[in-house]
Amino acid sequence: MTTEAATIGLTHGGSEDTGLGHRGPESKSIVVPYGFWLFVLSDMVLFSALFATYAALSNATDGGPTSNQLFDRNLVAIETIALLMSSFVCGLAMITAKRKNMAWTQIWLLVTGLLGAVFLFIELYEFAKMIGEGAPPQRSAFLSAFFTLVGCHGAHVTAGLLWIGTMMAQIWAKGFQEHIMRRLLCLSVFWHALDIIWVAIFTIVYLIGTLP
Amino acid sequence: MLGKLSWDAIPFHEPIPLITSLVVVLAGAAVAIWVWRKGWWPYLWHEYITSTDHKKIGIMYIALGLLMLVRGFADAIMMRAQQSMAIGASQGYLPPEHYNQIFSAHGTIMIFFVAMPLVIGFMNFVVPLQLGVRDVAFPTMNNVSFWLTGSGALLINISLVVGEFARTGWLGFPPLSEKEFSPGVGVDYYLVALQISGVGTLLTGVNFVTTILKIRAPGMSYLRMPVFCWTSLASNLLIIAAFPVLTVTLGLLMLDRYLDFHFFTNDGGGNSMLYMNLIWVWGHPEVYILILPAFGIFSEVAATFSGKPLFGYRSMVFATMFICIVSFMVWLHHFFTMGAGANINAIFGIASMIIGIPTGVKIYNWLFTMYGGRVRFTVPMHYLIGFMLTFILGGLTGVLLAIPPVDFVVHNTLFLVAHFHHVIIGGVVFGVMAGYTYWFPKAFGFTLHEGLGKAIFWCWFIGFHLAFMPLYVLGFWGATRRMQHIPDPTWAPWLNVALVGAVIIGVGIVLTVVQLLYSIKTRDQRMDVTGDPWDGRTLEWLTLSPPPHYNFAVLPDVHGEEAYWTRKQTAIKQDALIKEPDYQPIEMPLGTPVGVICAFFASVCGFAIIWHIWWLAILGLIGAFAVFVWYAWQDEHEHIIPVEEVRKNARERRRIRMEHLHTLSQST
Amino acid sequence: MMFGRFQPASALRIAAGAGLVLLTSGCNRGILDPVGPVGAAEKTILINSTAIMLAIIIPTMIATVAFAFWFRRGNSKATYRPDWEYSGAVEMVVWGIPVLTIMLLGGIAWIGSHDLEPSKPLDSPVKPVNVQVVSLDWKWLFIYPEQGVATVNQLVVPAGTPINYQLTSATVWNVFSVPQFGTMIYTMPRMTTRLNLQADRQGVYDGFSAHFSGDGFPGMQFKAHVLPPQQFAAWAQAARGKGGPLDGRAYAELSKPSSYVKPMTYGAVAPGLFDAIVANKAPPPRMLPHNPPNTEQGAGHAR
Repeated sequence: MTTEAATIGLTHGGSEDTGLGHRGPESKSIVVPYGFWLFVLSDMVLFSALFATYAALSNATDGGPTSNQLFDRNLVAIETIALLMSSFVCGLAMITAKRKNMAWTQIWLLVTGLLGAVFLFIELYEFAKMIGEGAPPQRSAFLSAFFTLVGCHGAHVTAGLLWIGTMMAQIWAKGFQEHIMRRLLCLSVFWHALDIIWVAIFTIVYLIGTLP
Repeated sequence: MLGKLSWDAIPFHEPIPLITSLVVVLAGAAVAIWVWRKGWWPYLWHEYITSTDHKKIGIMYIALGLLMLVRGFADAIMMRAQQSMAIGASQGYLPPEHYNQIFSAHGTIMIFFVAMPLVIGFMNFVVPLQLGVRDVAFPTMNNVSFWLTGSGALLINISLVVGEFARTGWLGFPPLSEKEFSPGVGVDYYLVALQISGVGTLLTGVNFVTTILKIRAPGMSYLRMPVFCWTSLASNLLIIAAFPVLTVTLGLLMLDRYLDFHFFTNDGGGNSMLYMNLIWVWGHPEVYILILPAFGIFSEVAATFSGKPLFGYRSMVFATMFICIVSFMVWLHHFFTMGAGANINAIFGIASMIIGIPTGVKIYNWLFTMYGGRVRFTVPMHYLIGFMLTFILGGLTGVLLAIPPVDFVVHNTLFLVAHFHHVIIGGVVFGVMAGYTYWFPKAFGFTLHEGLGKAIFWCWFIGFHLAFMPLYVLGFWGATRRMQHIPDPTWAPWLNVALVGAVIIGVGIVLTVVQLLYSIKTRDQRMDVTGDPWDGRTLEWLTLSPPPHYNFAVLPDVHGEEAYWTRKQTAIKQDALIKEPDYQPIEMPLGTPVGVICAFFASVCGFAIIWHIWWLAILGLIGAFAVFVWYAWQDEHEHIIPVEEVRKNARERRRIRMEHLHTLSQST
Repeated sequence: MMFGRFQPASALRIAAGAGLVLLTSGCNRGILDPVGPVGAAEKTILINSTAIMLAIIIPTMIATVAFAFWFRRGNSKATYRPDWEYSGAVEMVVWGIPVLTIMLLGGIAWIGSHDLEPSKPLDSPVKPVNVQVVSLDWKWLFIYPEQGVATVNQLVVPAGTPINYQLTSATVWNVFSVPQFGTMIYTMPRMTTRLNLQADRQGVYDGFSAHFSGDGFPGMQFKAHVLPPQQFAAWAQAARGKGGPLDGRAYAELSKPSSYVKPMTYGAVAPGLFDAIVANKAPPPRMLPHNPPNTEQGAGHAR
């Protein structure tokens, strides 16, 4: 059974200090979230490339529908509220998990997932509507860029939902062990990061795209 | 049911790919059967395939890289032969459809499946040892990274037998790579293989940045890390920052090809210039990802074989991080002739030259490392000097290319081809060969045969110059790259010299195999008993060769730069090792099949996507996800090495070291 | 042991000598034999920059071999300085030399990029001639709008006259390159690039596509004929009416994939053809798959 101190190669006791290397290898509770943050940063680079593509192609409508004609600010507002609330609720789940409260953790995680699902449902509805109106991604470069940027975010949300489901099952089966908690922490970092990306999307794509 | 796949995919009507495929498949099967007959599969499975040990994973990466070097080189010699034959009236032996696949495969394989695995393999093997720790931050993820890279390599090789490869060059520029102009599966093989291996590489980046920044021996502050660790840090930071851009770029092209999107198409508002920008935003940092670790290897080699510390350590560190950052600001120099205008061209040109400054500083630092030293002309030292003479000229041609008006006349000519081979072979290949010789005894417990090593060096040094110097001349004459047919017979003598050069390099590669086999056979004559065959200066030489799974019985306490050297000199002066420490049981990660199984499903999924077999693709994806969940469900991922075993190994090491110490103190 | 020691300066001298022979033997060809002001300026920059860098690099290379040889372990005359790992003076110099070099070359790059910007019209009292260039699958089409003629795989220009090129591609990217003229530039579909060159010396020069564009790429060479201005006018005059017209039908025919196309001339050109090609309103530029798959596996049926 792993303990806090007996991490890979550690011989001088667990170190919580994130200093300049004087105390030897850091413990897993520091290393794992740090690595996951780096992964999240790489994901941000990925979205940056998609944002750059969107910016480059935002006027390439090929005579087809433009952002002004397509985007419904109300729907986007509801989506955004759902996602932001799900982030808040995810934070609540982390708090109850730290307190090892099984019932409330599961409830908050479930609500996080449900709000995420609401977001996805609205987004898919929006996509279907656009496709029905003759604005599929195949219509123009602008639409390709839009569907890809927003869709990539949606795909990340979907992966997050799968992860939430898996975590709920793992917590139920194994309790609040240290490695489960680490994974939960990573999940919450991921979920909040998706929120940040969404803020950028609705600003750059929807708000700026529907300026008069 | 089987998408686009049919018996037509196998090149029954083309003799060259057919015979090559047969040879590869039969040879592969023969090796697999031979290994089975010898009873080695269980050993390979437990010791290597499922290993989470950074040393084993490093060895596997290097083996993959060397194996793919043979394939990439075969492509190269076919190209040289074609260009020597297809002059004037003759069309040579390779029709354009085939030649175009060969040069595309050559570049793709050499960059993604030779240079990257080799460099990553060295970082894997060496970095944790030099940092004085037991493993990387995420050992299981490390294993997964390797097998995902292997999956990509597998798919590229499958394209030889089933279907075709891309005919678009190693970067697949649209519109040529769009479905309209390349409807076959070739570009899809290229895209899928690189996407899969790209995930592996990105995970490696995360792994190593975390390791270098968070997992070091006690007392090893940043400025006490060996320079190879600094260059590995820079290289992996670049991986994290650049590879997501590659994923996006290739992904967008896949969307164009599979779902009729319009990112880079000629119609629908697509913009092929966007691809050029995106791919080179990744592409330029990529070459620094390759060269920085090679610079690190040379720093270690220079110090060790000059018997002196590296000159200007802080300067080297600063130069490395400066290169790391600026490498993101130069990408436009790959397309000065696209017409961006004078200001933009000039700015990027100047930025590209600015990157030459820290590189020049490094050369001088190696130079002054030798100054005042006691230089030993071992094989790695040959490569260092060869590198310093070669790379500096390659850098000269690079700075020339960075001047837009010069680039305007040599862009895409053989001058460019000569330049990048100049720096890649002179830099990366020489660095890898130096590292291979240098760290081989640490990995396997015996050194490689020295005479053969020097012969291999000369084959590379002479062969490279013969193969590529003529290309500079031809570039001045206007010869473009990627020509299946040579219009001007006066180019022939130069191309023939180049062919001779390529053959000499081929001899070097053959000798490398011979050297390995011969060295294994006669290893008793060159055993590395002490673990420090070169009188090294960094912590990997503290261990025996090969080190135990956990590297160090007790993590070394680091008190200054060159931790191992100071400790060794103190021991020699005092004629005593440090006081025997308290041993503890050591917890190490278990091996796991999750990497190879995940990669299997990734390969299935990838193959299915290429051939439009959608149900199989979904199955593959589910399989990969399921394996991952299964792995994550387990609780026991580590095992404990009992203290008696640790103590026994450590005491054996101390005994051997003590003996060696007595010999040393008596001779000084 | 024959390879026991790294061979000293003699090997380097041999190599340098061979290199010089190699390089100088190519001196009167290609971009080293430019026939116009653009190419000449670019050659000057190339030679000067190389010389500046060699002035630093050659001593560095000599020092590399010299230091390695002098400080070899067997040499008891050399002073062993095992602790010498830093010197402020040396650092200043090793940073200073590259910085100064790059400042100089950077200046050359800035000025050169502006002077030799491809879209910048040349400074000349002579009235420019316009040539429109279209790269097709796998041949070059040159349209002379003022002369009303067009040629395939044969560029004809008057000597001593600035030529104003507008370039595009009908299908995939290519690069228009006549090495002895100087600057090359991309041709890209739905876009127009601009280039200004001048040839002062009569003759016939090699032209290439310098960007791989598919299976027919090796056949995309052309010849550039530089004629005295009066002969050019005579050529244009003779060409008008000779050879068929380049109208919609002829263009569609020309667009079919073909390679190693023999030079030909069109005696008339549909007005606005180039603009129509750029706007993708010309007759279908592609009739067949550009890169048909190797074998006829299912991929043969392009979507």
